[in-house]
Amino acid sequence: MENPGYCTGSFDGLHHPSDDDDDEMVDIAGATLDFSTTDDVPPLSTGGYEEYSSGSSSSSRAAGMNGNGPTKLVDPLEDPLPGVGTYEDFNTIDWVREKSKDRDRHREITNKSRQSTVALLHSVSDAFSGWLLMLLVGLMSGALAGGIDIAAHWLTDMKGGVCLIGFWFNHEHCCWKSNETTFQERDQCPQWQSWAELITGTSEGAFAYIVNYLMYIFWALLFSFLAVTLVRAFAPYACGSGIPEIKTILSGFIIRGYLGKWTLIIKTITLVLAVSSGLSLGKEGPLVHVACCCANILCHLFTKYRKNEAKRREVLSAAAAVGVSVAFGAPIGGVLFSLEEVSYYFPLKTLWRSFFAALVAAFTLRSINPFGNSRLVLFYVEFHAPWHLVELAPFILLGIFGGLWGALFIKANIAWCRRRKTTRLGHYPVIEVLVVAALTALLAYPNSYTRMSGAELISELFNDCSLLDSSQLCGYEQPANTSETGVGNSLADRPAGKGLYTALWQLALALVFKMMITVITFGMKVPSGLFIPSMAVGAIAGRLLGVGMEQLAYYNHDSFIFKGWCSPGADCITPGLYAMVGAAACLGGVTRMTVSLVVIMFELTGGLEYIVPLMAATMTSKWVADAFGREGIYEAHIRLNGYPFLEPKEEFDHSSLAVDVMRPRRSDPALAVLTQEGMTVGEVEALVESTHYSGFPVVVSQESQRLVGFVLRRDLLISIDNARKRQEGVVSASQVVFTEHAPSQAPDAPPPLRLRGIMDLSPFTVTDHTPMDITVDIFRKLGLRQCLVTHNGRLLGIITKKDILKHMAQIANRDPDSILFN
Amino acid sequence: MKTMFVIEAFSLACFVLLSQVTAKNSEDIRCKCICPPYRDIAGQIYKQNVSLKDCNCLHVVEPMPVDGKDVEAYCLRCECKYEERSSGTIKFTIIMYLSILGLLLLYMVYLTLLEPMLKRRLFGHSQLIQSDDDVGDQQPFANAHNVLSRSHSRPNMLNKVEHAQQRWRRQVQEQRKSVFDRHVVLS
Repeated sequence: MENPGYCTGSFDGLHHPSDDDDDEMVDIAGATLDFSTTDDVPPLSTGGYEEYSSGSSSSSRAAGMNGNGPTKLVDPLEDPLPGVGTYEDFNTIDWVREKSKDRDRHREITNKSRQSTVALLHSVSDAFSGWLLMLLVGLMSGALAGGIDIAAHWLTDMKGGVCLIGFWFNHEHCCWKSNETTFQERDQCPQWQSWAELITGTSEGAFAYIVNYLMYIFWALLFSFLAVTLVRAFAPYACGSGIPEIKTILSGFIIRGYLGKWTLIIKTITLVLAVSSGLSLGKEGPLVHVACCCANILCHLFTKYRKNEAKRREVLSAAAAVGVSVAFGAPIGGVLFSLEEVSYYFPLKTLWRSFFAALVAAFTLRSINPFGNSRLVLFYVEFHAPWHLVELAPFILLGIFGGLWGALFIKANIAWCRRRKTTRLGHYPVIEVLVVAALTALLAYPNSYTRMSGAELISELFNDCSLLDSSQLCGYEQPANTSETGVGNSLADRPAGKGLYTALWQLALALVFKMMITVITFGMKVPSGLFIPSMAVGAIAGRLLGVGMEQLAYYNHDSFIFKGWCSPGADCITPGLYAMVGAAACLGGVTRMTVSLVVIMFELTGGLEYIVPLMAATMTSKWVADAFGREGIYEAHIRLNGYPFLEPKEEFDHSSLAVDVMRPRRSDPALAVLTQEGMTVGEVEALVESTHYSGFPVVVSQESQRLVGFVLRRDLLISIDNARKRQEGVVSASQVVFTEHAPSQAPDAPPPLRLRGIMDLSPFTVTDHTPMDITVDIFRKLGLRQCLVTHNGRLLGIITKKDILKHMAQIANRDPDSILFN
Repeated sequence: MKTMFVIEAFSLACFVLLSQVTAKNSEDIRCKCICPPYRDIAGQIYKQNVSLKDCNCLHVVEPMPVDGKDVEAYCLRCECKYEERSSGTIKFTIIMYLSILGLLLLYMVYLTLLEPMLKRRLFGHSQLIQSDDDVGDQQPFANAHNVLSRSHSRPNMLNKVEHAQQRWRRQVQEQRKSVFDRHVVLS
């Protein structure tokens, strides 16, 4: 892997190239420059560059030479160096440059493919590489998700007891073959021993209860402690949900190491621990992060994706779809989720590839079969009971509840996270996790509905009661005439029995508990998702309302509301459906998903009959929640962290002009520009050192201020550094030349440094009277980082993405200094 | 590194295929019939490991609690489901998970406790400089690598591993500072 060419890497001799691009932090100001983009001989090399083409990334040759093909005469010494064309950590990529790099590369390959069979095969394999990558991403993510599911189930049951026939079996699998399970106690068998039975020998009595309680708390504390220490020691980027950061990465931001292999390993391992410790969190958001890590790691196998940040983000969009697909068993829902929530640019080609990857992942997960029964998700329900138009009223009520809860949750969670960020609470992450885990375990154990995991709770709430169920939630009274009515095993509406009343008040307590504990759990320093807790809250509320409606219908079947459609003895109200609609409403209120949520829910249930109730509830919940605040939870977290994310859906409706937002303002010093000739290396270095700008416009001369191009700080420093070391005679007094032909100089003058190759010859410009909404639109649609402002053809100033974000923050009366990063 | 990932991807694919093979173990199939209460007979659950074609009430419910003419009515209310699992996959996954977890914990213990002790014993205090810009983080022997390379000539491979490890630790430290101390990323 070591490159024999002239760019063998670092200048201090201690370097060896590694090929994990993302973990490289190139430090220009420091002593080491680690270049790792130098592995392949590029597929494109034009005549005249043969000696320098070994190892140099020819894709960066096209950097800035938009439209200039390989016939351009450039000084061979200007052939781009490794490092030129790459980006620093916490910076935004240049979408235009990356896309044009890819187009040039593709054009080269197509041109060359006519020349020989080998080149033809190369072009075919290049086209095929995208699909192969999607296949690998699907396989790897599906396998990891299956492993996570199996391990999480086992570890969750470990809190309750252990299996004697094989410690690796969870409770359900331990009693799989046993014949001692009874109809009333479906999960008791002698092979599974609870901790009280192992320690004290009995399973009844107060002492056994206390022992079970203490062991539950002990395991919860142990798992959460392991999770947070592993995150802290190995991969601090593995905490949290991951979706806000992935949204920002997909909009062009770079966070090195966020999608690396250590983050993947630690996220997988600690996700299982965090979910099993009984904390009120889910694993769907972290699964999206895991899938994106897999995609990022697999991108390194393919040159096309390794070297081009824009192409890589296409793969990451598809990986986000894969993540949701394996979490819910909903491939189409996953693709729509990626389109609606996560991705910034979603070309049509990505749609088909995402779908392919999501299907492969779902198929892989199914073949691993983590739940038995070839089901993909724990709460796959199959009822097809019809619903009536009158029931739209309670569904809309559930939508209103979901919207209110969503708005409240976002405000409360952001306030709590802000407190964690700014006060001393944030200095004790390990203790915070332990305290929250202890509190959750302490309060959750007594109530059987909070003791079970979130997914089990949802599964039980979605379940429609039939004769075959004996749980407390199905504790209805048998009606007086015991002739069994109903179709098959679906039963007519019955009055509630004692078991059901107990279940109802336990569920009410569980609702209050879950609503409060999720606020402080989401955002802790362990991997945490919030799909399952939100759905649990909604499902509990929905089920309560559904049972209420059912009892109302039973006792008032003569009133005008129910008379037409709900005759006594018919099964008209399905509380399970209410639970489903409630879950969708709450999740929609928190995340503000629309289409993707409906599709996920009906892929979960297989019931196309329920699209209308789901849509009614989701729309209501979104409208109600939007009335309180326009942002979903992920956008709110992006704003809390100050990421430079230009929201693609927001309207900009202020009537400012470009000249109001550009820099320099009236009181600022003049714009720092470079002239196309006449500056020396020393002057350029001084200018660059004295400012923090990430780029400089190049003008014809200081008097005329006519624009030539734009050059980036990073490329400038790397080129000057390299020239000082490699090129003969370049000293501080050498002229820096951006023109095509160097001006004639005195014979004893030092040779000039020609930097036309790193300059972008087609920077985007707007005039000073361009309205800001068009400017913002240009930034969004093209993915620009900066845009130059001209007046009567002369350069006036510059607008950067950060300026726009600050301006938008100011208009919305927020603190403009909360926009961090470049 | 690249080949390692290819191997990893390949082994994952093999694992998936293997799991399909191991599922056909006869221990891992069953037919579960749930029969609700009927008249005065209590509800019951019956399990047997039969194949899919025999998974119905007549084959699985033994002994039949009702007489001849009621059998049909009773069986109509029972629900029989055929289920499959792969105990090999479960065992493999759990054991692999526990071993990776164990390795990570050991490595963490080694990094935080044993390595400083070993380095201190090898070098003594005089040669090592405390790097005091790492507030709140234990990296007091950051230049141990340099000291080591100065003292005797080591084989190149070990040098590289050492260097890679130092670079990784620096990265983790940077991440830890951003996330835990300055709260810049990931609130």
